[in-house]
Amino acid sequence: MKLNAKIPEGPLTQKWTSHKFNMKLVNPSNRRKYNVIVVGSGLAGGAAAASLAEQGYNVSCFCYQDSPRRAHSIAAQGGINASKNYQNDGDSVYRLFYDTVKGGDYRAREANVYRLAELSSDIIDQCVANGVPFAREYGGLLANRSFGGAQVSRTFYARGQTGQQLLLGTYSALSRQIGLGKVTMYNRHEMLDLVKVDNHAKGIIVRNMVTGKVTSHAADCVVIATGGYGNVFFLSTNAQGCNVTAAFRAHKQGAGFANPCYTQIHPTCIPVHGDKQSKLTLMSESLRNDGRIWVPKFAEDAAKVRDGMLDPNALSDDKRDYFLERKYPSFGNLAPRDISSRAAKEACDEGRGVASTGLGVFLDFRDAIQRDGKKAIEERYGNLFDMYQCITGDNPYVTPMMIFPAVHYTMGGLWVDYNLESTIPGMFVGGEANFSDHGANRLGASALMQGLSDGYFILPYTVGNYLGEQGVQAAGKITNEHPAFAEAENRVRARIDKLLSINGNESPRSFHKRLGNIIWEYCGMARSEEGLTTAIAKIKELRKDFWSNLRVVGESGNINPELERAGRVADFIEFGELMCRDALMREESCGGHFRIEHQTEEGEALRDDENFTFTGVWEHLGDNVEPRLHKEELIYENVKLATRSYK
Amino acid sequence: MDFTLRIWRQKDSVSRGELVEYKIHDVSEDSSFLEMLDILSENLVEDGKVPMAFDYDCREGICGMCSLTINGIPHGPENGTTACQLHMRHFNDGQTITIEPWRAKPFPVVKDLIVDRSPLDKIIQSGGFITSRAGSATDANTHLINKGTADYAMDAAACIGCGACVAACPNASAMLFTSAKVAHMNSLPQGKPEKHRRALAMVSTMDDEGFGGCTNIGECEAACPKNISLDVIAHLNRDYSIAQVKSFFKPYV
Ligand SMILES: Cc1cc2nc3c(=O)[nH]c(=O)nc-3n(C[C@H](O)[C@H](O)[C@H](O)COP(=O)(O)OP(=O)(O)OC[C@H]3O[C@@H](n4cnc5c(N)ncnc54)[C@H](O)[C@@H]3O)c2cc1C
Ligand code: FES
Repeated sequence: MKLNAKIPEGPLTQKWTSHKFNMKLVNPSNRRKYNVIVVGSGLAGGAAAASLAEQGYNVSCFCYQDSPRRAHSIAAQGGINASKNYQNDGDSVYRLFYDTVKGGDYRAREANVYRLAELSSDIIDQCVANGVPFAREYGGLLANRSFGGAQVSRTFYARGQTGQQLLLGTYSALSRQIGLGKVTMYNRHEMLDLVKVDNHAKGIIVRNMVTGKVTSHAADCVVIATGGYGNVFFLSTNAQGCNVTAAFRAHKQGAGFANPCYTQIHPTCIPVHGDKQSKLTLMSESLRNDGRIWVPKFAEDAAKVRDGMLDPNALSDDKRDYFLERKYPSFGNLAPRDISSRAAKEACDEGRGVASTGLGVFLDFRDAIQRDGKKAIEERYGNLFDMYQCITGDNPYVTPMMIFPAVHYTMGGLWVDYNLESTIPGMFVGGEANFSDHGANRLGASALMQGLSDGYFILPYTVGNYLGEQGVQAAGKITNEHPAFAEAENRVRARIDKLLSINGNESPRSFHKRLGNIIWEYCGMARSEEGLTTAIAKIKELRKDFWSNLRVVGESGNINPELERAGRVADFIEFGELMCRDALMREESCGGHFRIEHQTEEGEALRDDENFTFTGVWEHLGDNVEPRLHKEELIYENVKLATRSYK
Repeated sequence: MDFTLRIWRQKDSVSRGELVEYKIHDVSEDSSFLEMLDILSENLVEDGKVPMAFDYDCREGICGMCSLTINGIPHGPENGTTACQLHMRHFNDGQTITIEPWRAKPFPVVKDLIVDRSPLDKIIQSGGFITSRAGSATDANTHLINKGTADYAMDAAACIGCGACVAACPNASAMLFTSAKVAHMNSLPQGKPEKHRRALAMVSTMDDEGFGGCTNIGECEAACPKNISLDVIAHLNRDYSIAQVKSFFKPYV
């Protein structure tokens, strides 16, 4: 495996422009001769499929839900960034670029991030043209807010449903192309393998989740946009079906996996209520603009609060610890996600956590209500307060809200070069599934931006460039009659049969939970050499257990959620090991990756730029063989590496 | 909490289905409705039985995947709440709960509690979009949109496409769904050029896909987990009538 990031020559600000000029074009009348597979219908996949079809390519698009409109992008709440500088508050492409590199703790590729910032404006234009009903001011102009600790207001939003509205925008563009016959949509189809011919990606194997039929689909190239792998933790804010399967199978076929240990833990989620819980719910980060985060100063008081013997409202300010305001006076409750999450964990580790489990901190609106009145708070956050009450049964106007960090986003993903092409030629990766732009920590409202820039404005060029390079005589030549497809189909079928035939005693969900506990404990907010080594051993054990004691009821020729889950959990288990390995390799703390051995005296993350300014890319060498690490050195020509400080 | 559950089981689209009774014990009142079904599934797997298939994904009331008729009401008794956001504290200990799939002719049962809602996608494919090629957009602030209009469009666009409106309607009409999309797009300046064409195309697809007509019963509004208002139907009716008249004189509207 060779890593060549293919970063264009020239000054940062000119790279994308000159690259676009240098890329090959495909004659419009030849485009219909090419077939492109897009796996995923979220912001990245949906936008890519619609745009490629608009250009004239034949597109097949796949998703596991019953409609492309249900991809998990739908759940994003807060907003999408763009450097429009509509607020005249000093924003610019360069500032958005700089903030993203800094926010990512200097572990992202400069050229990609700059392009992202550059394209951000076009995205907003495109979405508005598509009919996305962004929030407006009374004068009719687009409204913005400051989000996730940014010092400029560059976030566009549609109430608390920005992801929904953006996704419905791409979904409508995609639907138009489906209606025109340019996109063939395969709902309820799960990608289970990638097919290579002469080392180029030429198709996929999918299982029809209704009939159970396993089929081959050939194309001139494949785009993977299957989202993130947060569900490796079992409990996360991701949708139930989010998985690593498509990405991991591609990894096994030779695609390098970059920075799997970079995961984001979001500070404001509703705490876990019991062991039967299936998912965690995010409360929008915007709540931190007015809510104050605290725990009781003394562990005895916290214990009483947990047991319901003490009303938190009765605790006077001198018995409270507003720990973010204390530790980070200049950013206070708006400190970045990784920092806020870790601070909450520390408070709970000291026995000062609230909620019945001891894993919760208060997010209190008492002072904001006193200052601005209940009505103002209701206007700002009414729907969020209602949602909180609906889930917990508590009224946050009266009792302080409780929150706890939860897994939310994964910065790691399949390695891609500047063209978003993986180490397998002809396989492109977009959206959360690739590793590209957020380094070791993603800033709020930047994932939606990245998914759409990949889908609308990057892949349509770079995919065309690849197809152009292959030449029109190659177009549509490989069909699923090629023996590589039969071989891959057999691999997939054998695996399904195996899962069904183990006939053990433990359900896929139970294995998933066990895996999640290991990962959360050892590869969550604080990691150590000892813990990670233990985790790897435990996961190996779990994997053995899985393949000897799994029980999948039902059959394969029908809708079978147990079988689907079993396949995903099998991949999560192997992937979990890779994640821990990556975390063990990275002997520094950066962004969401915190190694307890590497911290300052004050407990802040300590980077090691001399030895770790690289992207760690893993090559799969076979089952039960240790993967090989490759390094893409990160070169900073424009931004000076500095210690992130939010004090 | 303990419950008796009567759940619709149906092997596939051609088999006959029936309600099967299950008992479940010790459910936390903080559990969501779907978490309760997860527990039941795990219990069934433990006994080597095949659990019921049901749709879900986000479990936070936004993807529109979950689709259960609970005690005869799509998404259950709580107003403005999807099945996945419904919590067991809203039920009584010892209660019997009947769980069925969406009941509507255009949505055939695929298995157990899962139905085929692809006709809704077809309606969108026929006109539920604003034609705008990536790359061709003007600056986002070119069209000023007054806040009231933007809010109106957003209210309509909040539809999650779950199909509860169809399931609740005695005529299995998809009027609320279709109108919500038309109202969203037709009210915005970007959506105006295709306004009439959109209304005609979407209504015609709705008919072709076997949805019934709207007779202003209003059950759809009551069942809608996003509280989409009946006003959007009036909007569609208005645009549709004008479009019909126009198309009478000009073949292309
Ligand atoms: C609760 C929540 C709130 C968020 N809020 C924000 C926010 O405010 N701002 C922001 O910028 N970001 C936010 N994010 C992050 C952001 O939403 C995601 O990173 C982004 O939407 C991912 O888009 P995507 O297109 O890469 O993947 P997704 O939208 O997850 O789409 C994945 C697609 O792949 C398909 N797929 C997956 N696996 C397979 C398979 N094996 N076979 C076939 N198809 C498959 C799925 O069906 C789906 O269509 C939030 C995330 C969450 C979870
Ligand atoms: S599961 Fe997504 S709306 Fe209920």
